[in-house]
Amino acid sequence: MSDATLFEQAKDEANRVDPYPLFARLRETPVSRQSDGTYVVATHAAITRLLHDPRVSSETLPPADRPKTGNPISDWIVKPIRDRITDTHRPFIFRDPPDHDTLRRAVMHEFTQARVQALRDRSHGLVDEILDKHAGSRSFDIVDDLAYPLPVTIICELLGIPTEDEPQFHGWATQLATALEPDTMADKEARSENSRTFETISDYMTGLIKEKRRHPKDDMLSGLAVAGVQGVPQMGDYDLIATSILMLVAGHETTVNLITNAMLALLRNPDELVRLRDDPARAPRLIEEVQRYDPPVQFRTRRALTDIAIGGVTIPEGADIVLLLASGNRDPAVFTEPDRFDPDRSGVRHLGFGGGLHYCVGAPLARFEAEAALTALARRLRNPRLPADPPPYRPGSALRGPKHLRLAIDGIAPS
Amino acid sequence: MSQDHLVVVGASLAGLRGAEAARKAGFAGRLTIVGAEPHRPYDRPPLSKQVLGGSVAPGATTLPILEPLDAEWRLGSAVTSLDRIGRTIDLEGGERIAYDRLLIATGARPRPWPDAAQNDLAGIHTLRGRDDAAALRSALAARPERVLVVGGGFIGCEVAAACRDLDLPVTLVETGPTVLAAILGVHLGSVVAALHEARGVDLRFGSEVEAFEDDGTGHVVRARFADGRTLETGCVVVALGAIRNTEWLAGSGLAFDEGGVDCDADGYVLDAEGRPDRAIAAAGDVARFPHPLYDGRFVALEHWGHAAAQGAHAARLLVGRGTGEAYAEVPAFWSSQGGLTIKSVGLTEGADGLVIAQGDPKTGRFLALYGRAGRCIAAVSFDSVRWLPAYAEMVASRAPFPPPGGAVDQGGLTMLTPGFPGEDDR
Amino acid sequence: MPVSNHDRIGTSPSPDPSRAAGGLQVSVDLNLCQAYAQCCYAAPEHFVLHGAEALHYDPAPSAAARQSIERARVACPVQAILVEDAGSGRS
Repeated sequence: MSDATLFEQAKDEANRVDPYPLFARLRETPVSRQSDGTYVVATHAAITRLLHDPRVSSETLPPADRPKTGNPISDWIVKPIRDRITDTHRPFIFRDPPDHDTLRRAVMHEFTQARVQALRDRSHGLVDEILDKHAGSRSFDIVDDLAYPLPVTIICELLGIPTEDEPQFHGWATQLATALEPDTMADKEARSENSRTFETISDYMTGLIKEKRRHPKDDMLSGLAVAGVQGVPQMGDYDLIATSILMLVAGHETTVNLITNAMLALLRNPDELVRLRDDPARAPRLIEEVQRYDPPVQFRTRRALTDIAIGGVTIPEGADIVLLLASGNRDPAVFTEPDRFDPDRSGVRHLGFGGGLHYCVGAPLARFEAEAALTALARRLRNPRLPADPPPYRPGSALRGPKHLRLAIDGIAPS
Repeated sequence: MSQDHLVVVGASLAGLRGAEAARKAGFAGRLTIVGAEPHRPYDRPPLSKQVLGGSVAPGATTLPILEPLDAEWRLGSAVTSLDRIGRTIDLEGGERIAYDRLLIATGARPRPWPDAAQNDLAGIHTLRGRDDAAALRSALAARPERVLVVGGGFIGCEVAAACRDLDLPVTLVETGPTVLAAILGVHLGSVVAALHEARGVDLRFGSEVEAFEDDGTGHVVRARFADGRTLETGCVVVALGAIRNTEWLAGSGLAFDEGGVDCDADGYVLDAEGRPDRAIAAAGDVARFPHPLYDGRFVALEHWGHAAAQGAHAARLLVGRGTGEAYAEVPAFWSSQGGLTIKSVGLTEGADGLVIAQGDPKTGRFLALYGRAGRCIAAVSFDSVRWLPAYAEMVASRAPFPPPGGAVDQGGLTMLTPGFPGEDDR
Repeated sequence: MPVSNHDRIGTSPSPDPSRAAGGLQVSVDLNLCQAYAQCCYAAPEHFVLHGAEALHYDPAPSAAARQSIERARVACPVQAILVEDAGSGRS
């Protein structure tokens, strides 16, 4: 069987439950050319190298192409302008230096210790509130009941979305997450649906940003909207919208999946669940091991700006590159017994949050949210069981996580 | 594996990492660690930064011990001689210790001001050890009217930056054309100089201190320059580089001088005839060895990562768990000064070309690549460390220089002259 | 001039008066550090970035900081944080 089909198989719904054996076969060729000309990079060393390689671009999104409406003014005047705006104001995850650096620095400047620590405390409070609501339940869906609502609320509070508007973000978040699925974005129908959501949220954000510029509060959006201090330039509306949407997209489903993948690993390794309950201080290393063992972001795409010789092949200029982070995390050249879930392994340089310039901005927040969720679940769920294993998975292969993780429980202990 | 007595001379980073590596490799014999200072091995990099700034106490930087050592310590006792025939070392207090395997990690010390009497004046400092840092920290905390730093290397620059952090007036004197010229070349040295100038350091290049004068009670009050000018100062930091602690090897028959003790590619020390002594290895600042990446040129590196890596390498070699491969770690160091972080891989010596491979010196964030005879030999990042690993690979693999263009934020690369001072200027 | 302290000769292992009982010793391999600042979020009282990339850290945190130091250590993407924990075995 050719390598070309291996990655296709790994992405196939049929292998969603356990793509890792296919990754192992992909690693036999560190960098393999697929039939469509894409290069899949599967070993830890090669991925790490390309994450830091200045000849590797993150500008991989296809040009914007809004669906035509049939109205000539809209199609021939408005559409090209809006498409052009979209193309020149991509979120920074899809941009290169120097623009990437400017935008990211502005965000980091607002991603203050005070805000993150406040949201950390808030996460603990939110998790307990959510669990309190289910006190008498005999079942609990980790996804719908906890992992899903938590991050959206946290991101909305970070950005400064008014509480009354939060519910609509819950719906938008899921739709927008498809932007991180290259296969979905290659699909014209899915893309137009995505861009419709994008327009809706853009319109909303435009209004909100206007409000923040007029009456800034102590939140990230206000900070970005009125910046211009300490050498951080003020962001224009378009970049600000793209950035806010990015925070929502990148910070939501990934965190849902982190919490859910972690809980699944704990239920499959019940000793670890008990150990976490007895010693909540184990949570940080457990979370890092989930980021290695079953990471929410399985791969990211890049593009070669020039011919790049690596792993015995030359990736030609212009080729699309898939950095298979989840495969690098199971590389036996770096991790002993890589397929074993072991929070006590030491010196773990996992790729779960990426690496290099684009290292996950929200990683500290994700860790705190996951810690709040997992420690509370371990402490409060009474006799959690997994009636159906494997659970159903969400579509999409770039982001990986169960659609539902329904547990049978004997109730929820008070906090 | 050898299970007899391993003696580590030098309670330093290299010595400690060596001792740990020996234990980790399964060495179960007797382990003795000898140190001239009375302290457990401690970390030096914070001494010229946070310690001078006052945020970290001088005594706080004790190194973490990462393996159970089960060692006998002889701290506060300098080694005075080595007898390779009898396989013993003598300590200052008269104690004699027999060894089966010896790891030399005695490090280096600051090069003193050449005039011994002036060097002993109160108010004249050097900076290397914990006690030096404590003394200089107290002197700076007393808010001297002006600090004079002699020497524009990394220590000199870091001290000058720390003085400005404390809002102390400071003058830095350097005989060369700019700071860090010998390490980074004039081109990038000037970028660093501009930073210090903007932060209010009084920089004097091509200038030489001729003598220090005291107030009659043995405290420095004034520096006199070669051109006749004078500078009033009661606090001087002499930062003229380091000399290796090798005097105790006199009479041992080993090949050594103040630049280090010679080693072979494995790490065993060499005698005056160039023959390795397989009971003795050296590591860290004191070891001068042929680096495979630089065509076997003998180098002695004063780098933190090198001390740790070579210490471990040499100890494994001594206890019979060597890899059989020559030590070939790519040299790397960092410095932070005035909020700027400089990190480097490779050795710039002999570079004949320089390109700004990424970023822009105007923004203060960039990555420079040095080449020699068409090969990449070193890369230096200014607040751009996340790109450095890619360039480290180019240095390690001696990739063609200049590299083909195509970095994410660059068009074509412009070849620059690094501008190393000629031998005559040094 | 090396300092002599014969009183200490022969002790095994050498106690270190500078270390608080049960405290921690921390060192960061700043060659590895790429200023991802994960430690700064995990243990803000003990790790701070100065400028874009200069990491300042507390080399001798008290035993009370054990959990946040551990959080910082495991979160480091390049595993550059070295910790000796005199209170609870070694890392």
